[in-house]
Amino acid sequence: MHWWLPLKGSTFAGEVDGLFLAITIITGIAFVLVEVGLIWFVVKYRQRPGRKAFYTHGSTRAEVIWTAIPAVTMVALGLISNHYWVRIKGRNSVPPNAYPIAIHAKQFEWQVTYPGPDGKLGTSDDFTVRNQLHVPVGRPIVVRLTSEDVIHSFFVPVFRVKQDAVPGMDINAWFQATVPGTYELGCAELCGLGHYRMRAQVFVQSQEDYDAWTKQAAQEASS
Amino acid sequence: MTTVAATAHPAPAHHDDRSFIRKYVFSTDHKIIGIQFLFVSLFFLLVGGLLAMQMRWQLGFPGKPMPGGGVLPETMAPGGVILPEYYIQLVTMHGTFMVFFAIMPLLVGVYANFLIPLKIGTHDMAFPRINMWSFWSFFAAGLVMLASLFVPDGAARAGWTMYAPLSARHDLSGASFGQEMWSVSIILVGLSSILGSLNYITTIINNRAPGMTWFRLPLSVWSLFITAILGLLALPVLSGAAIMLLFDQIIGTHFFDPAAGGQALLWQHLFWFFGHPEVYILILPAMGMVSDIIANGSRKPIFGYHSMVFAIVAIAFLGWIVWGHHMFMSGMNPTLGSSFMVSTLVIAVPSAVKTFNWMGTMWRGNLRFTVPMLNAVAFVAMFVIGGLSGIFMAATPVDMFIHDTYFIVAHLHYVLFGGSLFALFAAIPYWYPKMFGRLMHEGWGKVHFWLTFIFYNLVFFPMHILGMAGHMRRIYDPTQYAFLQPYQPMNEFISISAFLLFATQIIFFVNFWWSLKRGKPSGLNPWQDNGLEWTLPSPAPHGNWERVPTVYRGPYEFSSPQVPEDYLPQTRRLPSDREPAAASAARH
Repeated sequence: MHWWLPLKGSTFAGEVDGLFLAITIITGIAFVLVEVGLIWFVVKYRQRPGRKAFYTHGSTRAEVIWTAIPAVTMVALGLISNHYWVRIKGRNSVPPNAYPIAIHAKQFEWQVTYPGPDGKLGTSDDFTVRNQLHVPVGRPIVVRLTSEDVIHSFFVPVFRVKQDAVPGMDINAWFQATVPGTYELGCAELCGLGHYRMRAQVFVQSQEDYDAWTKQAAQEASS
Repeated sequence: MTTVAATAHPAPAHHDDRSFIRKYVFSTDHKIIGIQFLFVSLFFLLVGGLLAMQMRWQLGFPGKPMPGGGVLPETMAPGGVILPEYYIQLVTMHGTFMVFFAIMPLLVGVYANFLIPLKIGTHDMAFPRINMWSFWSFFAAGLVMLASLFVPDGAARAGWTMYAPLSARHDLSGASFGQEMWSVSIILVGLSSILGSLNYITTIINNRAPGMTWFRLPLSVWSLFITAILGLLALPVLSGAAIMLLFDQIIGTHFFDPAAGGQALLWQHLFWFFGHPEVYILILPAMGMVSDIIANGSRKPIFGYHSMVFAIVAIAFLGWIVWGHHMFMSGMNPTLGSSFMVSTLVIAVPSAVKTFNWMGTMWRGNLRFTVPMLNAVAFVAMFVIGGLSGIFMAATPVDMFIHDTYFIVAHLHYVLFGGSLFALFAAIPYWYPKMFGRLMHEGWGKVHFWLTFIFYNLVFFPMHILGMAGHMRRIYDPTQYAFLQPYQPMNEFISISAFLLFATQIIFFVNFWWSLKRGKPSGLNPWQDNGLEWTLPSPAPHGNWERVPTVYRGPYEFSSPQVPEDYLPQTRRLPSDREPAAASAARH
């Protein structure tokens, strides 16, 4: 069990986790300021007989300060976040050389279609495997997400990637895995009574292992 | 409207010759309607809590028979073991009951009704009969929703957000009648809120007592006023969406079904266009009432009254342009995501202003830790956590990871429980005397506060950690995932804390009932407050005032150097006060 974020398994993970840490620090400062202030006031200004509270209706200077500081911080945070957002999810963010994989979600499974030896989807050498996502390490992958029935959500925690699969829509999501290993893909959007078991294995493999698996899986799928 | 005949009797309840039915059932008295809302929505709060306990049992102890679960039918929990289809009904109905039938009516139904006429100095609401209908359509909605738990296919099971097409097509959800009853109930609850909002807005604009200018209104009234505007504009969207959903379900339209040319995302846009203002409907009244209680408990004027008002208005305004932050991962154009992110982050500013002003109010005060004050300070402490955790999910790249995880569950409960419900635990004992003439028990109130505060944090704080591990929401059995198995002890810990939290609420309910008959008589003004309601007998009589009071100042003149006491009621005329011009406030 971790008390922090899980393994960083994609090129996004460092950026997302860095932003997470930055927000933790900013909000942590605000949190400590407010909670310590509250406790301090609660102790210091507790009722004592014969004392009267200080009569004031406020201070314009204080209002300006505590409006301006959060405003500047939030706008800065927005700009920084947007920089990453555009790189990760922006309309033109998918690298042109990304390796395509199609994932068709349906109650309650992931149908993963691989492009086969020619590296292109929609050709006769494509093959489909249920609930297994194999990807080569160190290479941008673009997942073409579709859904058969209801909204599902493609979520691989170690990649920090999430994208809804919506019926009637064709949505691209991309990522680049960095650490070989076996991970899990889950459905993050309530999709019916089998939502909790709509999971798949994710295998991040070296290019050679991936190619070998592809060859074998294509044969199995065609036989 | 309800004019009170002036008589020679000093007793307040003298002229009340209404029948029992007119007085307590089909009542048009705003206070009785408020109390009706209170009893009914406290009941639904218990129902929502019971549903949550069953969820927590399944999450903490997946697949084990639930103690007492044997009473549930085979279709829900055979042998006491919760079924996946029942679990998602629990998820759906817990959210639905808590949002629409507990927190929203407790804040708005109870306190807008009860407080507005009392605090602005008028005899009743502008439209008392519409007010009565508002309660009864809420009541009908609640009955329909409750009944839906017992229909053959079970209750709705698409989450309280009812995402289409899962909610729209019975072949996909597996529920039929329950889904339709959800839609019908939501249409009724929308009607109730629209009728109520109309009334609150009209009453506050037209029926203020002489001298009660806009900037002499208590912040509770300001927040209820702005909330009513949000309600009036947002609820019709929900009702419209629910009508479309119902049509999809029963007459074969396909608004939300892409298989037949509809749009799945249309539901989300409509739902969240209502849903985000709704979030502020669920917190603004809490903020307003907490402001009143903190000023009273600190014996100090509210710090930055005007900033507080503008912050309420700003939050309400921004609340209309942030709905897309629920949809960052929905497949919506990512450029829209950028703009929704910025508007969402900006909401942190008025929220911070409010927090700092509450602290400013306590600064150099003379703090009295009554039960309402303890809960109000806890509100600030907990709302801050909920507000700050919201910044994580507002930042779109981080949301990509934590969206639809327990981080969101933690966040929303810090706002709705830590925020709204703590505010209610402050407001209920605070205005209880004016409702029932007696005080709730102080000692038990403190016991309830401390235990709730501790167990509440033990339940919801660890959920942040679960979310950071990637623990998805609404999953029936987390142990299905290898990466979540190490977190099972934490799920168990949360569940046990949740049972203790629920058990603690029994103290509150017993205190509430016990004090109705046995509580200490409160007198007119037990909290030594300045508001108009405290000049009335407790409980306040039908029609409130024989003659509406005249207001000379704002509601927060505590520890004023003008008087020796540490409070100065709004109605007390000092030699330096001028009589308000007859035209300055609306007449009756």
